[in-house]
Amino acid sequence: MLGPNVAWYLTVAAFLFGIGALGVLIRRNTLVVLLSLELMLNGGNLALIALSRHWHNGAGQIFALTVMAIAASEVCVGLGLVVALNRRNLSLDVDTLSELRG
Amino acid sequence: MSGLVLASAGNTLVWIVWVLTAFSCLASGVAVVTFSNPFYSALALIGNLASLAVMYLLLSAEFVAAAQVLVYAGAVVVMFLFVIAYVGPRHETPWSGGPSWQTIGAAAAAGALLAEIVIAVGMQANGSLSHETAVGSDFGTPAWIGRVFLVDHLLAFEITSVVLLVAAVGGVILGSHSRRTA
Repeated sequence: MLGPNVAWYLTVAAFLFGIGALGVLIRRNTLVVLLSLELMLNGGNLALIALSRHWHNGAGQIFALTVMAIAASEVCVGLGLVVALNRRNLSLDVDTLSELRG
Repeated sequence: MSGLVLASAGNTLVWIVWVLTAFSCLASGVAVVTFSNPFYSALALIGNLASLAVMYLLLSAEFVAAAQVLVYAGAVVVMFLFVIAYVGPRHETPWSGGPSWQTIGAAAAAGALLAEIVIAVGMQANGSLSHETAVGSDFGTPAWIGRVFLVDHLLAFEITSVVLLVAAVGGVILGSHSRRTA
């Protein structure tokens, strides 16, 4: 393989996952928490595809495509929740949304 | 000899592209987390997804790179931008609000998670990550992906379709106008 070997890709993936985890933990806006969650999923995807290339095994790429579909579902439901909250004039701050009862 | 020089030049080129991509990937990731305006965060996510797609191309995963651009940058981020525009601008700086011990604890937890991943991968790899296998020219092409997906992993494909259907129905129910009185 030309260029860096898989360990470099895994390093980037780990840092991307860490940045996403930091965003999920420190941000209070629901939308930014969802965006940071996307960063975490993409870090996982990068690791899956790098290892798929490394072991020449297609399962990693299939798993990455499945993760993309799951991410799309998660965004669909999460943004539906945000719109529903906004319609009821509730705050989008995750600290005030600590209970599920409307 | 000229082939060797050419391969070396190609290697350097791939390294340059990789370094630029990795830098833009991590920088836009940091931008997503630190921008106070969610709209800019979503725009930074587009840059992150695009640089990841370049990285997938370097890993000879052409179909996944195309799907990444279409599904993520095309559909997911556009939906984010619509919803952010719908709920209106809500500025919120990342390091404010809440007690400081909470912020410090969150940063420490994220750092611990990162360290754990690096140590776990490093120990599990145990030096086996440096030598790699050669791949055929069809690796990562749509035809190859289709064969692997619809022959070897058909169950995952079907379950994914059911999950997407359930999520679509759930999104419609959540977004519908009927306001139930409890």
